[in-house]
Amino acid sequence: MSKPITIKFSDASLAEIHKIMSRYPEGKHKSALLPVLHIAQAEFDGWLSAETMDLVASVLKIQSIEVYEVASFYSMFHLAPVGNCVFDVCRTSSCWARGADDIIKHIGKRLNIKPGETTEDGMFTLKAVECLGSCGTAPMLQCGASFHENLTPEKVDALIESYKAEGKRKSYTDRDYKNTL
Amino acid sequence: MGKKLLIQDDKVPGIHTLEVYRQRGGYASVEKAVKTMTPEAIVEEVKKSGLRGRGGAGFPTGMKWSFLAKPEGVARYLVCNADESEPGTFKDRYLMEKIPHLLIEGMITSSFALGAKTSYIYIRGEYFYVARILEAAIDEAYAAGYLGKNILGTDYSLDLYVQVGAGAYICGEETALLESLEGKRGNPRIKPPFPAIAGLYGCPTVVNNVETIAAVVPIINMGGDEYAKIGVGKSTGTKLISASGHINNPGVYEIELGLPVEEFIYSNEYCGGIWKNKKMKAVVAGGSSVPILPTDLILKTAKGEPRLMSYESLSDGGFVSGSMLGSGGFIVYDEDTSIPMNLYTFNRFYHHESCGQCSPCREGTGWMEKIAHRIVEGHGKPTDVDLLWDIQKRIEGNTICPLGDAAAWPVASAIRHFRHEFEALIPKTAVAH
Amino acid sequence: MAKVTIDGHTVEVPDGTTILQAARAIGGEVAPPTMCYHSKLKTSGGYCRTCIVKVSKGSDKDPRPMPKLVASCRTAVMDGMEVQNNTSPEVLDARKGVVEFLLMNHPLDCPICDQAGECHLQDLGYDNGGEKTRFDFERRTFERKDIGDKIQLHMNRCILCYRCVKVADQLCDGRVHGVMNRGDVSEISTYIENAIDNDFSGNMIDVCPVGALTDKTFRFKSRVWFTKPMDAHRDCKKCSGKVTLWDKGDEVLRVTGRKDQWGENEEWICNDCRFEHKKSSDWVIEGPRKIDRHSVISANHYMKLGVPHYKKLEK
Repeated sequence: MSKPITIKFSDASLAEIHKIMSRYPEGKHKSALLPVLHIAQAEFDGWLSAETMDLVASVLKIQSIEVYEVASFYSMFHLAPVGNCVFDVCRTSSCWARGADDIIKHIGKRLNIKPGETTEDGMFTLKAVECLGSCGTAPMLQCGASFHENLTPEKVDALIESYKAEGKRKSYTDRDYKNTL
Repeated sequence: MGKKLLIQDDKVPGIHTLEVYRQRGGYASVEKAVKTMTPEAIVEEVKKSGLRGRGGAGFPTGMKWSFLAKPEGVARYLVCNADESEPGTFKDRYLMEKIPHLLIEGMITSSFALGAKTSYIYIRGEYFYVARILEAAIDEAYAAGYLGKNILGTDYSLDLYVQVGAGAYICGEETALLESLEGKRGNPRIKPPFPAIAGLYGCPTVVNNVETIAAVVPIINMGGDEYAKIGVGKSTGTKLISASGHINNPGVYEIELGLPVEEFIYSNEYCGGIWKNKKMKAVVAGGSSVPILPTDLILKTAKGEPRLMSYESLSDGGFVSGSMLGSGGFIVYDEDTSIPMNLYTFNRFYHHESCGQCSPCREGTGWMEKIAHRIVEGHGKPTDVDLLWDIQKRIEGNTICPLGDAAAWPVASAIRHFRHEFEALIPKTAVAH
Repeated sequence: MAKVTIDGHTVEVPDGTTILQAARAIGGEVAPPTMCYHSKLKTSGGYCRTCIVKVSKGSDKDPRPMPKLVASCRTAVMDGMEVQNNTSPEVLDARKGVVEFLLMNHPLDCPICDQAGECHLQDLGYDNGGEKTRFDFERRTFERKDIGDKIQLHMNRCILCYRCVKVADQLCDGRVHGVMNRGDVSEISTYIENAIDNDFSGNMIDVCPVGALTDKTFRFKSRVWFTKPMDAHRDCKKCSGKVTLWDKGDEVLRVTGRKDQWGENEEWICNDCRFEHKKSSDWVIEGPRKIDRHSVISANHYMKLGVPHYKKLEK
């Protein structure tokens, strides 16, 4: 059926996965699927390849199809490669009302990409997304675990520069985060 | 200034730590509940308080708790719905981020009342960093003996875990949330059975919103009768309102239910009026799903009475001239806002978030978005407004879960109150097909 | 037992019976049309909303009407319940809406679809649909896929009834296909190129109410109404061996499970019977199979040969 799996989780990730699996009653370890997919995405280049999903299936002892179905349902899981820094820019009502479209345009111009695209150097992916629960600090974008709020074009420029200088992949699971609430 | 029961200490430095939280009186409800009260007595207090679900539906919490089945030898679960995703709503995030122990305290007291030995907080994936804050607070609570085996030396034991989602508005629907917590696609279940009978892992389960569970803390501390004195009529207690849009002071405000809407919008204590000295055009009072109301109808009911921030007053006049308190996601739009364009952002949202299980929602939400898009782009057809109206009508009430209604209501209300704005966008030269 | 009245017809059924099953017990027009429900598949139904009805009286105990229309396939009857199906204009209008939603993105490629003539969506559209769609945007399209050497998936035609997924879950060991993505881009898929290979996977074809899953061994061989359905059986170690053969002349063009008057399988058959026994001599012929459904398939039914359908219309 599926191809042989040539990748494996780091020991630290495996330990975390087993800790997560212990949160559920006997036999209900499938409950760990979403948290484990987050760990897998962070560990394997920011996206979920078929092989990564097969690995998750084997660790949780479930069918691969159960992983594909779930991974493709949730918008935070990337099923194709993405840039190091994924800019999820909210565009729903409150953010739209306070200029989200201009922010999206500004980022696009600055990085020379359209929503859904990744810069050639693989550094940035721009996504226009739906409400992230930051309506009172609109407009905003999420990158990794951090919320960047009350955005202006100047703030966005500074953000891009700092991410460029850092040059690191940002994941939702990152333990260091910024938020401006 | 109204009473505050939940976030009165949000500006206290270090309030996210157990130490400071306890200095401010934290965990008193747990002491009181597990040491001096029976689970039944707690449920009774919550019933007396008149507390209604703060997630949006406003169902009486005490009644929901009393529906929980209690078969011998079967586990029961309390699951906290922290999947806050309704556009315009960010109060739960604020509460969890600022005062995480308040939610944890509420979870412990509520779990004891319901007889749950394991409880989960299901939080939307985008709030990953908030989950970290909650987990740190949970660790502190375990170390202090508020969680784990034999809480405060009693024979009550509880484990509490945080579960992250991964981006799906539909998981705010309680049965979709349970599916997701079981590691599945967030498809709402067909009801009955309701979670109170067969919820998580098929066991009796209560699913409550973050703010609802947090409100249990003051209810147990002060007693249900005292809590019920706060607020107005059947809208008892306080409510967190997420204020956003074209106002001077966006943010989360705790109000005593019954506050006049006008005061909420224009008082400097709250929204501080409309930005840039502009006039107000419309308000979505309870999150994107509830009907949008024009200025005259949000400030006063159709009967001319001042509109209040309460379940009853905001829904006065039904959907013809009223709206709903919903989740308390209060979005204000200034005079220059295009209502059709705003509606289009809602249409796009619901289209994106439809799970796709049932046909009216799966097909209808995308169709409405396409039509709204063509209207705001200036390519609308003369029949489009009526068509939009007809599509929303055929979605409403005909779907598995309330997402269909949530997608339909904004369309109906925008057309009902702002039809002229839609018609003005349709080219005069367009011919009916 | 519970007494339930549907469109004025009263029937007594065991407790726990669904409104749909009670309506089917009454029979005829009273039974709401269905697309995603299948009597032999557990947890099927509830998705398509085709079978919605109005409960005008909840029960003798609690006579209040139900606030919304309900899916009759997933709602249990109560003693004294009163239900409106065809007698409720509200139901008929809502159903018309459902049909429009289901057809909106459907390719309407019936002239080249193997399912034509026995397609539940064709019947539904004919009986309950509007004259034309008001959807004037481009229809969504998917790539056509082979899932194994015997089954073709034509996703454009799929109405996401979940029946094939339930077949895989309930009849096959190890499901390899499912529903990917969400909302209106949901699709039935194996995700990676994967063959569905299982003794009972062919039943997915039988349960597909439209032409999304078709039998590749029958592909373009004949319009279904030019074939003669015959009940037949053989000794089979894997299944009951009771099938319907679809013959043209002496040739067996297709083997399917036997379906009841609602178009739902009476029994499941194995792939061996379905795909590997295409000679008349493989089978013991029992006789012609009567097709009750009023669709094209029975309109040109061979039992009416010599009595062309149009003559009936002239009356």
